[in-house]
Amino acid sequence: MGGDTRAVGEGRMTRALPERSEHLERAIRIRRSLTNHLVTGLAILSTMIVLVPLVAILGYLIYKGASSLNLAFFTHIPAPVGEPGGGMANCIVGSGIILAVASVIGVPLGIAAGVYLAEYGRGGWMGTAVRFTADVLNGVPSIVMGIAAYGLIVVHYKFSALAGGVALAIMMVPTIARTTEEMLATVPHMLREAALGLGIPKWRTILSVSLRTATPGIITGCMLAFARVAGETAPLLFTAFGNNFWSFKLTQPMAALPLQIYVYALSPYDEWHRLAWAAALVLIVLIMLSVTLVRLYASRGTIKGGH
Amino acid sequence: MTQSSPVSLPPPVVSSAPASSEQPNPVTPPPSEIRRFLQARSSGRWADGSFGGLMLMAALSIFVIVALILWVLIHDSQMSIHAFGWKFFKGSNWDPVNGSFGALPFIYGTVVSSFLALLMAVPLALCVAFFVIDICPPRLRGPIAFLTELLAAIPSVVYGLWALVVLVPIVRDQAGPVMEKYLGWTGLFAEPNFGVGMFTASVVLAIMIFPIICSISRDVMKAVPIHQREAALALGATRWEMLRIGVLRNARIGIVGAVILGLGRALGETIAVTMVIGNHPDILKNLFSPAYTLASVIANEFTEATGDLYVSALIEIGLALFLVTIVVNAIARMLVWAVTRGQSARVA
Amino acid sequence: MGVDIRVENLNAWYGPVHTLKDVSLHIRANQCTALIGPSGCGKSTFVRCLNRMHETNPIARAEGSVRMGELDVYHDASPVEIRRRVGMVFQRPNPFPSMTIYDNVASGLKLNGYRKRRVLDEVVERSLKQAALWDEVKDDLKKKSGASLSGGQQQRLCIARALAVDPEVLLMDEPASALDPVSTAKIEDLIFELKSQYTIVIVTHNMQQAARVAERTGFFLMGRLVEFDATDKLFTNPSDKRTEDYITGRFG
Repeated sequence: MGGDTRAVGEGRMTRALPERSEHLERAIRIRRSLTNHLVTGLAILSTMIVLVPLVAILGYLIYKGASSLNLAFFTHIPAPVGEPGGGMANCIVGSGIILAVASVIGVPLGIAAGVYLAEYGRGGWMGTAVRFTADVLNGVPSIVMGIAAYGLIVVHYKFSALAGGVALAIMMVPTIARTTEEMLATVPHMLREAALGLGIPKWRTILSVSLRTATPGIITGCMLAFARVAGETAPLLFTAFGNNFWSFKLTQPMAALPLQIYVYALSPYDEWHRLAWAAALVLIVLIMLSVTLVRLYASRGTIKGGH
Repeated sequence: MTQSSPVSLPPPVVSSAPASSEQPNPVTPPPSEIRRFLQARSSGRWADGSFGGLMLMAALSIFVIVALILWVLIHDSQMSIHAFGWKFFKGSNWDPVNGSFGALPFIYGTVVSSFLALLMAVPLALCVAFFVIDICPPRLRGPIAFLTELLAAIPSVVYGLWALVVLVPIVRDQAGPVMEKYLGWTGLFAEPNFGVGMFTASVVLAIMIFPIICSISRDVMKAVPIHQREAALALGATRWEMLRIGVLRNARIGIVGAVILGLGRALGETIAVTMVIGNHPDILKNLFSPAYTLASVIANEFTEATGDLYVSALIEIGLALFLVTIVVNAIARMLVWAVTRGQSARVA
Repeated sequence: MGVDIRVENLNAWYGPVHTLKDVSLHIRANQCTALIGPSGCGKSTFVRCLNRMHETNPIARAEGSVRMGELDVYHDASPVEIRRRVGMVFQRPNPFPSMTIYDNVASGLKLNGYRKRRVLDEVVERSLKQAALWDEVKDDLKKKSGASLSGGQQQRLCIARALAVDPEVLLMDEPASALDPVSTAKIEDLIFELKSQYTIVIVTHNMQQAARVAERTGFFLMGRLVEFDATDKLFTNPSDKRTEDYITGRFG
């Protein structure tokens, strides 16, 4: 950087310095300053550009969705093709049932795996291998989970809510395992030592001290995973398959909110488009609630709150 | 090492304990109920072992999940693999009705749409990351991070719905003609333009992968020790130079990892892409023409696939997709881990 | 009441580092024994070897003989069983934040399966009184969490928690080093009251503290027990030059 030239110039070498050097020095400074301002401007601009789709999507969604939402949406099942009216009550219930199945399988497995990673697998190669595999599994496209559940369950038992639940469960396990591990790692080691010093066996220490202290964070981790799979469509395409009527049986095809939105959006009927918007709004509201709750916890420092 | 003599000395002046403290108790009182209870309890070794075993099994379930997925994919694609071999991925004619299964159009569609999405998303993501960690006033950081998180939380099908209703008409009626007029000489933007096609899908993909690239880049840049930045500033660097020298140089590897993670996400994105890409297995230069991706063809045709060969071919595509995303994600995770030392478990 | 502790040729390692070298001593029952020495001399390691707490670290290892009363600590019982007989108080107060004050004190019993409510109530009250905390918290036993108290109160809570299991030995690893002088004085008074009922071993950096509360004191240096004698004699007329150097402040 050319800051020193002047100092040197003020010494003995003033007469020897050509004019050009000062020009060069100024040019460099201007260029550096310009680049800086350019990049800064670019950054600010980019941020504004990025906010546009977000506002556009959310705003449009609320506008279209709110105008389409009515009580019938929550109480009726879809009307026959072409007829007006109808709702998505069965989809809301169906999503609930599938998510319940997924949670019953995924949450305990995920938490237990997280406990292993945090309390038993800290240093060894097994812990590292499980951790890495879980992270990689999180990046696998959800449709592949659908294929897996199809091949394991649907092929033998036909389309069912159970298959859909299993597909979603295998998405939840790695996510919950990693967030549980993170939360348990924040429990100070001192507390475990205090419990062990009292002669409390390790398993009891984990249950009554580690898990109990980390409970709020673990719950929010589960909620994040839940919100993520609640909006998934691809794994349900050929597992739960969808259903236009009321169904509560786990061994039958079942309706789900994202599935119905997908089908309706691609259809040519205006009435179905209207319902799709309403459903999208309901889905978004539920997911936003979870994300906001997680953010609230994050600001309390209990969990490293995602993005 | 010196030991005191066994003779008990008179108690030290400082202590006010009675003299009897030096002599053994003449009568040892019986152990209390508490002591008896505790001493009678088992050491819990069996319970410890079982509990640890249970947790281990849960952890192993993650391997089991991967194994099950692989088994289904490999087993159910055998028919197709035996029938077509490597030609499957070189053939460009996908016509199941007439028994022709060439998967090249899907590879083309996946690669091009992901590449275009990266092209649009990465510069934006880096600029925003730069903005958030340095320029942005601290009060705004929370809200912006929150907004980025909201973007990431929107389900794929909702993106698709919005794109179908809002983006497609824009590409068809407004942006399309403008781009054809000024950029048509490249051959990339031409008629016919129905709105649904490679370009629209790439834009939606870009919006969807932006949050993950942005937040991981942010994490990676924050993980660079602050004294690197301070050193650059102390040498007289401008803000951009401080970023370039103090942060980017160190975080390069992690940022590459973030980009590759975004790539992994783009490769596997299914629903939103299926809704706006046109679902037509053609390899065309025109970016406005309909295309097809590996994930889309599975989503679109699986439930209507007639015949075991058809299903098997689709599952083979699923296998390819699985392997590619696993490799891409593994590389990305290793790069990110190298910089952040595994501190964050970003799972989205 | 307390038991005596006999240690013979105790050696300990953390991985490859030899942290305790051939330590032998006899800690008398119903007394307070202080262990002093500069940082890293092994006194904390020694105390943790007494109730096998060092085993919570997978790279730690110990050899030698430790007998508590009639019991061989390393061969007659499991670590869990030993720790139920020995109370431990750590350098930093560590009450369980997710439990009430009552549950904290009772945790050594409740989490080991003890259920009788009336006895638990009595034990909690007795322990808190022994720890001189009863008056300050008796109205909030089940309302406040263990972590909502001040530092000094938390440490006394931890002492109450350790006393609730009616231990034979009480180990204290620099219990007052994280506290202000007033709390420190309260804890020293406590130790004074308690030592006639339990065998207390206290690790301390503070020589004046050792002089105030302990009948006997041991001086550790670089993993070895250099001198072990009546407190008064150790401080006024040490037999070993190294002890004298430490006490007069030439190092450490």
